[in-house]
This record gives sequence, structure tokens and C-alpha cells, in this order.
Amino acid sequence: MLDIRALRKTFGAVEVLKGIDLKVARQELVFIIGPSGSGKSTLLRCMNRLEEPSDGSIFVDGVDLLSPKTDINLMRRKLGMVFQSFNLYPHKNALGNVTLALRKVLRKSAAEAEAIAMAALDRVGLKEKAGNFPSQLSGGQQQRVAIARAIALEPTVLLFDEPTSALDPELAGSVLAAMGDLKKAGMTMVVVSHEMRFARDFADRVVFMENGEVVQDGPPAVLFGPDAHPRVKAFLSELSH
Amino acid sequence: MTGGSLFLETFFNPTIIARYLPDILKGMLVTVEVAACVIVTGIALGLALAVVRSFRLRAVNFLIIVLVDVLRALPPLVIVLIVYFGLPNVGITLPSFAVLWLVLSLVLAAFAEEVFWAGIVSVRKGQWEAGRCTGMTEFQTLCWIVLPQAIRLTVPPLTNRTIAITKNTALGTVIGVPEILNQATTAQSFSGSATPLMMGALAYLVLFIPVVIVGRWIETRFAWRRG
Repeated sequence: MLDIRALRKTFGAVEVLKGIDLKVARQELVFIIGPSGSGKSTLLRCMNRLEEPSDGSIFVDGVDLLSPKTDINLMRRKLGMVFQSFNLYPHKNALGNVTLALRKVLRKSAAEAEAIAMAALDRVGLKEKAGNFPSQLSGGQQQRVAIARAIALEPTVLLFDEPTSALDPELAGSVLAAMGDLKKAGMTMVVVSHEMRFARDFADRVVFMENGEVVQDGPPAVLFGPDAHPRVKAFLSELSH
Repeated sequence: MTGGSLFLETFFNPTIIARYLPDILKGMLVTVEVAACVIVTGIALGLALAVVRSFRLRAVNFLIIVLVDVLRALPPLVIVLIVYFGLPNVGITLPSFAVLWLVLSLVLAAFAEEVFWAGIVSVRKGQWEAGRCTGMTEFQTLCWIVLPQAIRLTVPPLTNRTIAITKNTALGTVIGVPEILNQATTAQSFSGSATPLMMGALAYLVLFIPVVIVGRWIETRFAWRRG
């Protein structure tokens, strides 16, 4: 599904990713953790070329994402993205946020786009809020609209960049619940987050990154258990204090 | 003659008003025509320049910035005179109406470009990223996500600037465009009375006070949906 090999990214003289190898299988939820500055967000942003990798390769369903021949706009709609700061369009209501790409990219009719968007909003429990503008929604609701916007395009992979970091714990719960439902429905997901409980409950694999490298990659039971790499243990105990 | 009646005789002479009212009305029509043309082409050109600038092509942007800065720095009257009296020397003769339209459109476009550009730049980077992540092209993202937000931010400064530049239609008088001020000064020199000038001033008020009010209405209307 997603196959990343020897991925490097430098910003000027700073090497943020130092040769990352990562495979994500269909329907798998891979959870990336690590201290800030470890390169985990940069890695996620390289996966849809919001950041241009400096070296290495990324294959999505066998398509070379970094090839100049690849239509990046076509690939991006298969790589849904959910941001820390939601990035909803403030001039459009919830429905309009979801229908925009359906109309302009997939060229759906207004009625068809609306039906798909309402189904997507329903999946995140916000059907009744379709007419609300982002400013009239709580942070948790905004983030769920952002998830609906991404899933409406039927992506093959959903990328989450710290989806709950800007939310109070009680609002984060509704977002995590929506993400859990997606996982149960078989969505392939890559999540960068600090929500360790969610990782324990839903992740198939947890990847620990530090200084631009993958330190350990394994099932949650291993990374959260006694056999975790010492660096992972240090990070997790730091986090729980 | 008392001071009051002298004032009325000078500025509001009924016979003069009756004689020159048709000319002033004709001038108002011309002013409205020039102003409408300038607003449409000036804002459209300004928006187009800002859109081109957002593609960040170094050489093109350099030209846009130079053009915009020169047009904003020069007094519009200077440009009007250079174009009207200078272009015939290189074989291009434009009617005075066209010169006024062209020059004021360019000046409005220069200011509008800066206002639109400031609006585009003020839209957060995440909005571009969100659009691109749904498979929209850069141009689609600009049209459907960035510009609607940018334009909303630009309405108040743009309204003010548009009013300020549209008033410059009065500059047409120096090249013989038969707009309000031209009609008024002609009538003033034939009649020897200041009344036509006062009529001209009133004509400007009649035209521009509604524009100022509409401008204020647009500003408030576009303000409350934000935030």
C-alpha cells in the first residue's frame, strides 16, 4: 500500500529525516510517536509531498510518488490529510467544506456531491451541523468536519498530523472516537500523535522516531511493554510525568 | 446688497443654474461613464495582476512590482498629461475619454493589486495545504479557497481606494473630457459666475455620497461574517 524507502529530507544544512524505511499495509493503522523535532510530522508531510523529500522513494499502491511523471494532484486525493490546526475553509459551511473538492476535483454534480458529503458528515456524527460555519463549531467538531472532508474523497490512506494536539481532552475524545470508527471500518491510516491510549487500543504498529531515524517499529504491546527500546521507555516515562 | 444675498447671487444664481443645468447633467453622465469603466477595468486588472503575482515567477513579479510602484508614486495628473500629449508623438492618438479611462484604470489597478496581494498573503498557509491535499491544483486552490477569503479582507481598503481614484475623473478636464468639472469651468468662463462651479461640486456630492454610503454598507456586510 505505502512503501517508503531510504527517505531523506534536509532543510538547508539540517538533516531532518536520515533514511527512513516504512511500510504500511492495507487496512493497517501505523502510529508514529517521538519527541518534538524527531521528524515525525515532516515524514508524514513527505508522504503526500507537502514537503518535497530530498532523497529516497515513496510508492503508493505501486505508483512512484516522487516520479516527475506522477500526477501529484491525482495522488493527493488518494492520500487524505487531517491537520493539527483543522484548516477548514472559514468562508464555507461544513457541507461546503466537504463538497468543494468533490465538485472541483471529482467533477460531481451538486446533488451527488451533497449526498456524498452528507454521508461523510454522518460518519463523523455531524450530519445536523452541515449548515454551520467553522466559527460556529467547537474544535472537536471542526476536526471531525476535516475528517469528513478527507474521507469523502475515498482516500486509500488517511494521514493524521497531530489531530488532537490543538484540542482540550474532552473535545479530543470525539475526534479519537471518529478515528477509531474509521479504523474499524478498514481504513488505512498513518497517525502522528501523542494519544498513547488510542495507540494502545487501535494501532497495529507503533513507530518510535528520534533525530530523524526510526528507533523501533513494532506492535503496541512491544513498544508499550517491557521489551521496548530503552529510548522508547525513556520517552514514554518522560511523557507520563 | 447684504452679505447673504451676495453669497446666493455668487454661488446659487437661479438664472445661471437654469441656463447651465443641462450641461452639468451631461457632465454627470460622462463622469459616471468614465467612473464605471475605470472601476470595472481597474479592479479586474488589479486582481489579475495579483493572481499572476501569486505564481511567484521571479521575472514577472519584478515587472509587476516596478509597474505598480511607479503608478502609485506618480501623481495621476502627470500620467494623464504624458499619455495625452506624449503618445501622439509616437503615432498613437487616443481620444481624451480613452486616455482618462486608461490612466485611471492603471492607477486603480496598481493600488488594487497591492490590496489584493496583501489579502492573498494574509490567508494562512494551511488553507493552501488543505486545498492541495484534496487534489486541487494550485490555481483551483487560489480561486476557490484563497481568493474568497482574501477578497473579503480587502473590501474595506479597496472601497476607500476606489472612491479616491474615481474622484480623479475630474482630471479629465485638463484634456477636454466633457465631465462635470469641465462643463462647470466652461460655464464659469462663459458666464463669469461661480455658480456653475458650485453646481459641479453639488453634482459630485450627488454622485459620490451614495457611493460612500454603499461603500460603508459593503464594509460592514463583509466584516461580520469573518472571525
